[in-house]
Amino acid sequence: MTGAAQGGKAPSLAARRERTSLGVKLLNAPYLLWSVIFIVVPILMVVFYAFSETASYYAISFSAGGQEYSCELPAGEGEEALTLEEAKEKAAERYGVALSEAEFTRATLEIRSGGFTLENLRQVWSPSSRHAMLLSFLYSFAATAISLVIAYPFAYVLSRSGAKSQRIQMLLIMLPMWMNMLVRTYSWQQILENNGIINKVFAFFGLGQATMLGTPGAVILGMVYNYLPYMILPIYTVMSKIDVSLLEAADDLGCNGFQKLCRLILPLSVPGVISGLIMVFVPSISTFYISQKMSNGMIKLVGDLIESKIKDQWGSGGLNVGAAMSLVLMVIILVCTFVMNRFSDEDGGGMVV
Amino acid sequence: MERFIELRGISKIYDGEKVLDNIDLDIHDKEFITLLGPSGCGKTTTLRIIAGFVTPDEGNVYFNGQEVSEVPPYKRPVNTVFQRYALFPHLNVFENVAFALRLRKTPKAEVEKRVREMLELVRLESFAKRGIDKLSGGQQQRVAIARALISRPKCLLLDEPLAALDAKLRKDMQVELRRIQRETGITFIFVTHDQEEALSMSDTVVVMANGRIQQIGSPIDIYNEPQNAFVADFIGESNILDGVMLADRRCRFARTNFDCLDAGFAPNEPVDIVIRPEDVDVVPPERGMLRGTVTAVTFKGVHYEIIVDIDGFKWMIQSTDFVAAGENIGLYIEPDAIHVMKKSEFSGMFGDYSTFSDEMDEENAANELPSDGEAEN
Ligand SMILES: Nc1ncnc2c1ncn2[C@@H]1O[C@H](COP(=O)(O)OP(=O)(O)OP(=O)(O)O)[C@@H](O)[C@H]1O
Ligand SMILES: [Mg+2]
Repeated sequence: MTGAAQGGKAPSLAARRERTSLGVKLLNAPYLLWSVIFIVVPILMVVFYAFSETASYYAISFSAGGQEYSCELPAGEGEEALTLEEAKEKAAERYGVALSEAEFTRATLEIRSGGFTLENLRQVWSPSSRHAMLLSFLYSFAATAISLVIAYPFAYVLSRSGAKSQRIQMLLIMLPMWMNMLVRTYSWQQILENNGIINKVFAFFGLGQATMLGTPGAVILGMVYNYLPYMILPIYTVMSKIDVSLLEAADDLGCNGFQKLCRLILPLSVPGVISGLIMVFVPSISTFYISQKMSNGMIKLVGDLIESKIKDQWGSGGLNVGAAMSLVLMVIILVCTFVMNRFSDEDGGGMVV
Repeated sequence: MERFIELRGISKIYDGEKVLDNIDLDIHDKEFITLLGPSGCGKTTTLRIIAGFVTPDEGNVYFNGQEVSEVPPYKRPVNTVFQRYALFPHLNVFENVAFALRLRKTPKAEVEKRVREMLELVRLESFAKRGIDKLSGGQQQRVAIARALISRPKCLLLDEPLAALDAKLRKDMQVELRRIQRETGITFIFVTHDQEEALSMSDTVVVMANGRIQQIGSPIDIYNEPQNAFVADFIGESNILDGVMLADRRCRFARTNFDCLDAGFAPNEPVDIVIRPEDVDVVPPERGMLRGTVTAVTFKGVHYEIIVDIDGFKWMIQSTDFVAAGENIGLYIEPDAIHVMKKSEFSGMFGDYSTFSDEMDEENAANELPSDGEAEN
């Protein structure tokens, strides 16, 4: 009797699965649209700008002696930037016409964009941007390492404490994240300033003033402070999923506490460590706000460089160079992520231990 | 045999419920002892107390006469085969088995040799490089056994280690475990809720119910001399009747007086009478000591299982001769087939097959005894 009932059920179940898979596709459609609009299109735009030029020039036409002349002159940048008057002068000079004789029919600043060029990428390799990249890499590497050292024991203790204390500790970790990151960084600036809180305390005890803002340490501190929760959470998640019976089995087979850590907990928590590393490293290497505030603009990381390029040289190719830098950064991050993921795939991460 | 592990007055309370109640147990050196009882009776908890994962609320555990409440699990000379395997997911079969040896920095060649031996023992030689998640439940169980055995502990705790195996492999592993135990001289504390497994493997069987030990004895004692209705019902099939001891070696049940072999009860003391289905002879009605109507017959291979209605009480009888449902038959019971037990908290709860006979559908006959269901509740 039960057999017959099951037999009757089987096809309808398969049919239902088919229907759900169609339903799932439909449900996926908005997500697909979303990712096209907000992920694919922006990336394509970055690629487009990175490989195209933006040039501003003066389009100048004039007549002199019954003859029409017209030409385009690069507007130049910074020190070499031409004013409109200078441009007119140059144009007249080019055709050997006296400026007073020229009758200008057109003299405007124009922007041309879209032409393919590798010039932007070449600029990424310029000394100043190479330096910024190296700094970014070093600082975010340090910040990631420090975060790991702090987060790992913390996550372990957290995962082994009682349910109620776990909830409270989680709340304490999440609490700063409810505040805007800019505000948090700004308050650190207040704390570290030359006449900030710490130095006031120092002064109170008759200690000398310590310059903290503007040092690499301050920047790294800002990174660690802001991104530490992203290290703790994935490690904690993985650790709290380690079955107690596994720890008991290890105990049973003769592991002392230290051996349990090395042989069981470390290897089993590698996936969490990997995602923690990525989640701290990626935002650290591309940050600009933290370095700006914690160094008073004295330390320039890639993020700062990109920001200033785009902001300060918007019309004259800064956007393109910024896009090229972003693209290179993105590739570097992708490679790093890929390498780190390889670690966790290979034999359970024994290499990290 | 020397006394190796002693439990004295062990009680454990979970959420206000006493899951172990004053357990006293001696476990001897080189003994194969089995804890047998229905689900939830406290078998795993008892093992965990011995292994040191659970601290009892009352009572003490002694190893070789030493109190061990301060000894952490990893220092106790026992290894456990966990009910849910607890294999290490990041290690393959070989490394799981080798785990205990690696901890002790055993030389490579020896590790290799001993792991091979163990894998051979549990017949998983060709699986050494497999990941744990790519094994069947039964294979995982065997890895767990090998992992616990490899460090040659003085005592092995096995929590239903054969539950996930098919009948054939299960039988093989029973023989294999028994052989291993004899050869190594390791004390085995074995947990099962399969009474057949308990009887066929053990030196000593401990029957548990409701957090208490009901009976401790050799398999033969437990089967032939059950101490109360629970044990009689849980071990094998039993007809358990309300009776009275008229005098020594004379009792009365089913409105009939019988000769029996038991003595030492007060005159007219109410008792429980156990009669095993295979000890009853089917005879023509006129020669029977009891007479009744057959209500159901099931073919069981070696014998027929016959349900007989005698004055409203349904008896189960096993016979190699066929009788048809509806037939009137007589029952003949020898004095040595009658076992008399003192009344207990379990009196009247087991031993009547009336629920069994009426709705004798396929599912019921397949494996489930009505007694199991009752015992769990
Ligand atoms: N950690 C715990 N917290 C609360 N109750 C528990 C805990 N462990 C066991 N129990 C309870 O104790 C009782 C005995 O459990 P135990 O695991 O010892 O049973 P068991 O005899 O091994 O059963 P099974 O045959 O199903 O494995 C059960 O009622 C169970 O619910
Ligand atoms: Mg159990």
